[in-house]
Amino acid sequence: MKGNGAFVKRAMVIGGGIAGISASLDLGNAGYDVVLVEKLPSIGGRMLQLSETFPTLDCAQCTLTPKTVETGQHPRIKLVTYSEVEGIEGKAGDFSVSIRRKAAYVDWERCTGCGLCQQKCPSKNPSEFDRGMGLGKAIYTLSPQAVPNKPVIDPSHCRYFKEGKCRVCEKICPVKAIDYEQKDRLVEERVGAIVVAVGFDLIPKESFGEYGYGELPDLIDGLAFERLNSASGPTTGEIRRPSDGKVPKEVVFIQCTGSRDPERYMPYCSRVCCMYTAKHARLYKHKVHDGQAYIFYMDIRSTGKGYEEFIQQGMEEEGILYLRGRVSRIFRDGEKLIVWGADTLTGRKVEVSADLVVLATAMTPRKEAKELAKKLGIEADDHGFLTEAERKLRPVETKVEGIYLAGCAQGPKDIADSVAHANAAASKVQALFAKH
Amino acid sequence: MKIELTRQKVHNEFAKKVELISGQNLFACYQCGNCTAGCPISFAMEIGPHEAIRYTLLGLEEEVLGVNTFWLCASCLQCTSRCPKGIDIARVMDALRMVVLRRKERRDHIQISEFPEGFLEKVPQIAFISGFRKFLS
Amino acid sequence: MDYLYFPGCTLYTKAKNFDQTARNCSLLLGFELKELPNWTCCGATFPLATDNLMALLPPARILASAREQGTVLTTLCAVCFNVIKRTNRLFQEDGEKRDKINNFIEKNYQGDLRVVHYLEILKQEVGFPQLKERVKRPLTGLRAAPYYGCMLLRPFEEMEFDDKERPTIFEGFLEALGAKVVEFPYKIECCGSFQSVGSPDVATECAYKILGSAMKNGAEVVVSTCPMCTFNIDHKQSDIKQKYLDFKTIPVLYFTQLLGIAMGLDHRTLGFEQNFVDPLPLLKGKGLV
Repeated sequence: MKGNGAFVKRAMVIGGGIAGISASLDLGNAGYDVVLVEKLPSIGGRMLQLSETFPTLDCAQCTLTPKTVETGQHPRIKLVTYSEVEGIEGKAGDFSVSIRRKAAYVDWERCTGCGLCQQKCPSKNPSEFDRGMGLGKAIYTLSPQAVPNKPVIDPSHCRYFKEGKCRVCEKICPVKAIDYEQKDRLVEERVGAIVVAVGFDLIPKESFGEYGYGELPDLIDGLAFERLNSASGPTTGEIRRPSDGKVPKEVVFIQCTGSRDPERYMPYCSRVCCMYTAKHARLYKHKVHDGQAYIFYMDIRSTGKGYEEFIQQGMEEEGILYLRGRVSRIFRDGEKLIVWGADTLTGRKVEVSADLVVLATAMTPRKEAKELAKKLGIEADDHGFLTEAERKLRPVETKVEGIYLAGCAQGPKDIADSVAHANAAASKVQALFAKH
Repeated sequence: MKIELTRQKVHNEFAKKVELISGQNLFACYQCGNCTAGCPISFAMEIGPHEAIRYTLLGLEEEVLGVNTFWLCASCLQCTSRCPKGIDIARVMDALRMVVLRRKERRDHIQISEFPEGFLEKVPQIAFISGFRKFLS
Repeated sequence: MDYLYFPGCTLYTKAKNFDQTARNCSLLLGFELKELPNWTCCGATFPLATDNLMALLPPARILASAREQGTVLTTLCAVCFNVIKRTNRLFQEDGEKRDKINNFIEKNYQGDLRVVHYLEILKQEVGFPQLKERVKRPLTGLRAAPYYGCMLLRPFEEMEFDDKERPTIFEGFLEALGAKVVEFPYKIECCGSFQSVGSPDVATECAYKILGSAMKNGAEVVVSTCPMCTFNIDHKQSDIKQKYLDFKTIPVLYFTQLLGIAMGLDHRTLGFEQNFVDPLPLLKGKGLV
């Protein structure tokens, strides 16, 4: 693959979530080599954080793990995790991408993934993967089924990096894989097409002053509830609130937190909150039978197949109380969170003394998406969602030939739509390769 | 006015009683308002049938029992026949009536003695028997 | 064929004209209404409270007694028809309630009676084409609005009478008689029913809208199947006139009265004296009496 002018029929997928995985598998199975670049130490993305998925309520990890494993073992897919794209040059058929491989402080060639280092690491710090609720180690993998199953050291939490002593992991490692001297490396990859699938983030709960600027421990966001409900999460799947570990009996879910709020936050609809909130409330009821779930909503948008039925089942069979209105304020009163909402159907103010509040916070683009767009020469909207070539008829292409979009990087999507979008992006790449 | 909600209130005895008498699940209500839209008498009601369901669900017992809505319902079943969730709203209206009429102290909604002279002679049996069943304890 | 017939209270008193015309016409059409012996009031309302079994006893007794006499029971009054048919349905579908009620009334009725409305006999047994052939005095030029009301149609799943939004049996009947059918949107809207007792003003308003809709669409006469509706839309026209000064009255006839005219019965046997708005000027004008 020297620069001899031939069209390079090798693709890069940026982002290893369900969209990136789907696009990579499609391309790999079509016979093309794929470089899958992921920022985190392992692939799986947001879906790995989820407990169950709507509208089937099947376990997210159970459906995802076969895909991550297949990706990790695929002969045509090269995983480049814990890495970020630095710069791009060239054009369709001949992109040259420089990638920063972040220092893991672990020699992944030697590491067998035995996990001893994680067990023995003495550092305990809030786990970002568990949305700050559980405690993680300074040397970690994202999950026991991580692909690749190789740990990294977070120097901001590592005692050795912070205080100059410890080195427990180095002592315990049976294959001498720990390397505190490791540095970031820049590597180059030549590809003919790029699929950008960098995913989404959530507007931080700290943004909402009226809900206590994120300082109320029992006020959490949707991803945090996923972790609470997840068997691999900080409570091993029991619904216990973060502050005191009690089982909450009154749980308030608030849709459109930061979405559909053009004046203060995001003007758009985040598309998934109606469904995942219904799912949360139903899963909560499955575990806490005598508890009550309240959902504040402005509208219920359940346009997918089987979605409306899913919502209605929650109301009819599980007694979830939907309240049509927004929540103006939440504050603490002893052990309770006082929720001031409204029920516009009766025109009344509604007050709930809640044990736990779950915010369905707005989906936002990754904060680095705009910068990445600039490097790729593609466009992003004001928020940072990457712009497709044409809103209706060219939903996966960009203005640059050879660069395609997949998943939530382009705009909020649920899993089914993200996968369909990724499938479309992969087929566009194949069409491009087939032309040359 | 404010509603303070608790799980006990959401599953309040009053709503349970209405559900039991009517055989309907109030949680199934979309609050779409179809019942109110098609009701031939909603023009004269203080709140629409859909609101009466909402009030009941939220445990606003005194408020909902204080409105004329369910007393004015003529059991024409137009609401029932068009409800997208299959809720027999007319049964809910009747259940609200029953909650009042069945209270210990007699709570007749109409006073026969106050009918104008000759009224009962004029009205067909079918109307006053039907009316007595709907309005007398 | 003869039919077991449940007249109901009102047809024995304030709607004798309905009862008599139906009986007389049936004889002309070759069937007889055999009055159920010892019948009682049907209860006048199907209980909507699911725990109110007491209100089901009268219709249950009527059904059980009818079953001892035959297999088909017919009625004219739409309210009676509704109450009896729904109760019959309940006997077919709810074994627990059936057993309880049977136990109480000391009967063993299993819901195996067919409850039909007189209109259904005309359509299914006589047949509208055959009816048309037997018409002696076609109602040519008479613009008649068929008012169904509620009780024949709803609840649709239990009544299984006709399409719940756009029924046609009444239209078919009127066409067979040679009348010009007036289509009007309020034909399935409620007359106010028993609110004529509870909130008479509300019932007046309902009637005003129905009659207004019929007249706006060109009706000269409104045709009814129900003594309750007839009270509200015929007799309450005096109240309407008091409230709406420019309101012009319109005759309201039972469908059997129109049938009687078409079958050539003497108008003096049709009981017009029980109708509030006198139909004779109209009928004379049309050359029908």
